[in-house]
Amino acid sequence: MSTTEQGTRKAAGKVTRQVTVLAVGLGLITLSACGSSGGDDAGPGSTSGGPKTVTLVSHNSWAASEDVIAAFEKQSGYQVKVLEDGDTGSAVNKAILTKDNPQGDVFFGVDNTLLSRALDNGLFQPYEVKDADRILPEVRADGGKHRVTPVDTGDICVNYDKAWFSERKLTPPETLDDLVEPEYKNLLVTENASTSSPGLGFLLGTAARYGDEGWQDYWKKLKANGVKVVDGWEQAYNEEFSGSAGGRKAKADRPLVVSYASSPPAEVIYADPRPKTAPTGVAEGTCFRQVEYAGLLSNAKNPEGGKALLDFLVSKEFQEDMPLNMFVHPVREDAQVPEEFARFGPRAKDPQTMDPAKIAEHRDQWVKSWTSLVLK
Amino acid sequence: MDLTRTEVGHRAAARRAAARWRGNAVRLGLMVVPVAFFAVFFAHPIAAIVARGLRTDGVWQFGRIGEALAQSDVRQVLWFTTWQALVSTALTLLIALPGAYVLARFDFPGRQVLRAVVTVPFVLPTVVVGSAFMALVGRGGLLDELWGLRLDTTVWAILLAHVFFNYAVVVRTVGGLWGQLDPRQEEAARMLGASRFAAWRSVTLPALAPAVAAAALMVFLFTFTSFGVVQILGGPTFSTLEVEIYRQTAEIFDLSTAAVLTMIQFAAVGTILALHAWTVRRRETALRLVDTSVTARRPRGAGQWALLGGVVATVAVLLLLPLAVLVQRSFAGAGLGYYRRLTEDDGGVFLVAPIEAVGNSLQYAVVATAIAVVIGSLASVALTRRDAGRLVRGFDALLMLPLGVSAVTVGFGFLIALDEPPLDLRASWILVPLAQALVGVPFVVRTMLPVLRAVDARLREAAAVLGASPWRAWREVDLPMVRRALLVAAGFAFAVSLGEFGATVFIARPENPTLPVAVARLLGRPGELNYGQAMALSTILMIVCAVALLVLERLRTDRTGEF
Repeated sequence: MSTTEQGTRKAAGKVTRQVTVLAVGLGLITLSACGSSGGDDAGPGSTSGGPKTVTLVSHNSWAASEDVIAAFEKQSGYQVKVLEDGDTGSAVNKAILTKDNPQGDVFFGVDNTLLSRALDNGLFQPYEVKDADRILPEVRADGGKHRVTPVDTGDICVNYDKAWFSERKLTPPETLDDLVEPEYKNLLVTENASTSSPGLGFLLGTAARYGDEGWQDYWKKLKANGVKVVDGWEQAYNEEFSGSAGGRKAKADRPLVVSYASSPPAEVIYADPRPKTAPTGVAEGTCFRQVEYAGLLSNAKNPEGGKALLDFLVSKEFQEDMPLNMFVHPVREDAQVPEEFARFGPRAKDPQTMDPAKIAEHRDQWVKSWTSLVLK
Repeated sequence: MDLTRTEVGHRAAARRAAARWRGNAVRLGLMVVPVAFFAVFFAHPIAAIVARGLRTDGVWQFGRIGEALAQSDVRQVLWFTTWQALVSTALTLLIALPGAYVLARFDFPGRQVLRAVVTVPFVLPTVVVGSAFMALVGRGGLLDELWGLRLDTTVWAILLAHVFFNYAVVVRTVGGLWGQLDPRQEEAARMLGASRFAAWRSVTLPALAPAVAAAALMVFLFTFTSFGVVQILGGPTFSTLEVEIYRQTAEIFDLSTAAVLTMIQFAAVGTILALHAWTVRRRETALRLVDTSVTARRPRGAGQWALLGGVVATVAVLLLLPLAVLVQRSFAGAGLGYYRRLTEDDGGVFLVAPIEAVGNSLQYAVVATAIAVVIGSLASVALTRRDAGRLVRGFDALLMLPLGVSAVTVGFGFLIALDEPPLDLRASWILVPLAQALVGVPFVVRTMLPVLRAVDARLREAAAVLGASPWRAWREVDLPMVRRALLVAAGFAFAVSLGEFGATVFIARPENPTLPVAVARLLGRPGELNYGQAMALSTILMIVCAVALLVLERLRTDRTGEF
């Protein structure tokens, strides 16, 4: 007993030292791996930033090329800080929650399905960007009050697995009507409209196409035709859709998925070696257009910097840099889209659209009805 | 005579009172830090967000709670949440207790590796595990190949995944104590004529009960507040309270319903915790703890080898197979290509090369572990004092509450509560380890309490009689005995921070993504390279976790004995 205890105590001394060594070691390794969260990332007080910092609050799909941001910083004299705040929905909600004491100066990423929520809650103050007249007229919103500026558009469309259809000599579907045809039974996977942005977009697309009354009948048919609903895009696309890289590995068996018009170019650009053609295609007649907006936050601490940043978001440089980073289309009429992006992911010709005010009025009720209709 | 006697009595009473007062002062001193920590980083943010939802024009609308409970779909969610948590807990105990026994009592080659491996699933973010688990129960998965059985979008997938996640909780919480129980006590009972089972039931089981209860409670809490598993594997048809709170807060922005649901979950979790505290207190006995090296033996006889084989097989199928799928997918078709890509900064999606997430995660985890261990140890020591009053017992339950509150509530609460100088931490890196430590503290407390409480008070008293100050008595008596529990606790806290996703995703900065956040980002983009990199990063996360846990295992086995 006593000997064990002595041994224990000796060991204890040793262990304490070992723990210290381990902790210090780990600390050193990690410090050398990345110094950003070590010292130079200022703690409290840096939120307000100096007058020389402008902070962009966004969702986690934000991406931009470093050199383009650096050029803006050089030309404007402001340092850009980006704060990503989760997916679109929660980023918007957080911005609304903190609107009296915002985390930044500009918010980017509120889309047409949530726009009215942001505007009704007084999230933004008006500012007309320098190149406002260059923006495509069809995406402008807010009736000339300029509280928000359109930045990009993306189309939510059904994607199909080319190989699957050509092996079976079956023509892929093209329109919403096609999807309820018997030859496409049990082929489509979509996302939960109440938890997923493309899922909601697809539902709104059907509502725009078949009207307030008709969409429910359409979904009944779709359900009878074996549509599968999963919770999020990642799961639908990577696990269930046979045309994606993940789906091929997972032996997925659904050749149709609700995704984006820009998914096929991503399948090309993010493949090694790059294939000549995209393995997936877009059913042109199933698309719903999403528009993303940015705006100057109501109580921005650096409104001047925020205005400069908004001007930059619709500048030609940024608009042309966007497609290959965020896989969205520019809203500037004179912006050139990169060649590989244009080739594999053309803009949908005639997408369904819906006025943000109408979306605001019906969204919650539609999602509720959709949930009890499709999921129960 | 009489006079002197009363005088003596008075004096003794005064001495006792002074001692009591001193004890109280020490306890209060110990509790100040944890209480302050919880007040600022937990109670305050939660209160702020609940108040947003439940107060209109300065008046609390508590009537809304009753209204919500009257709704059938709320009741349905509540019922499903409870039901699946109960079943998951029972299943986990059933499957994991043999594992706890084997890992605590048998000495066999690869034991440490096995112990580290079973803990890996627990710390992996659900975003990773969900897809791996599909390989087991989904289409074309193992069960499908063998028996044509597909469990995805059934409740079985949820239950099995809960076992997968929580296996380690039982193995570590129960096994940690089991390995230190003196086998001679059971042998003594056998000598006195008790059958093997009777000896186990009357000697070992009562000693283990607090740890088993603690483990069961942990598992119940985790499964009761399960979010990712239910979302990914259950499909959209199953919903737990946690999922519902997330939807109402982050998607629908109905803060008032979210607040009501939060209160319901709070009440439920509070009830569970109170119940647990009561059972543990009733079961507490002072145990004689011995060195683990004494208790572990090589398996003897066919029965014990079969048990060992069974446990290894269970671990292989249930825990390793899903993980192996991730590894396989990270190499498939590209060799090391995906790993190489991780070191490249593509300038867009990631401001830094994805591989830097490893460094970020480790740094955060070290800081979070330090915070959690300090807070958790102080709290545990305060809680183990025999003269602990009602107030302290309440504190015990309070420490566990962070496990029962949804990450989205905490994350949103941080945003509106910690936005005033001097505590404007919204953009500070320290917020991430703080949030992770909040989840880590309960682990530290739960791991240390059973051991601390089992320390024989007479040893302390003996030390005091020999003139040791309370601090010295604690250092000489308690500390050597709890050091191992402390290491286990630290390991747990570390691993939990590595894999923490829910709260981190709300507050992590894009330039410093953690591993799970980076994985989620990659999975959120189409294209083969992104998917492959996500699998590669997940594999790295697994290896980092496994290495961290292995180092801890190593630390405990010193040549002079296992600690």
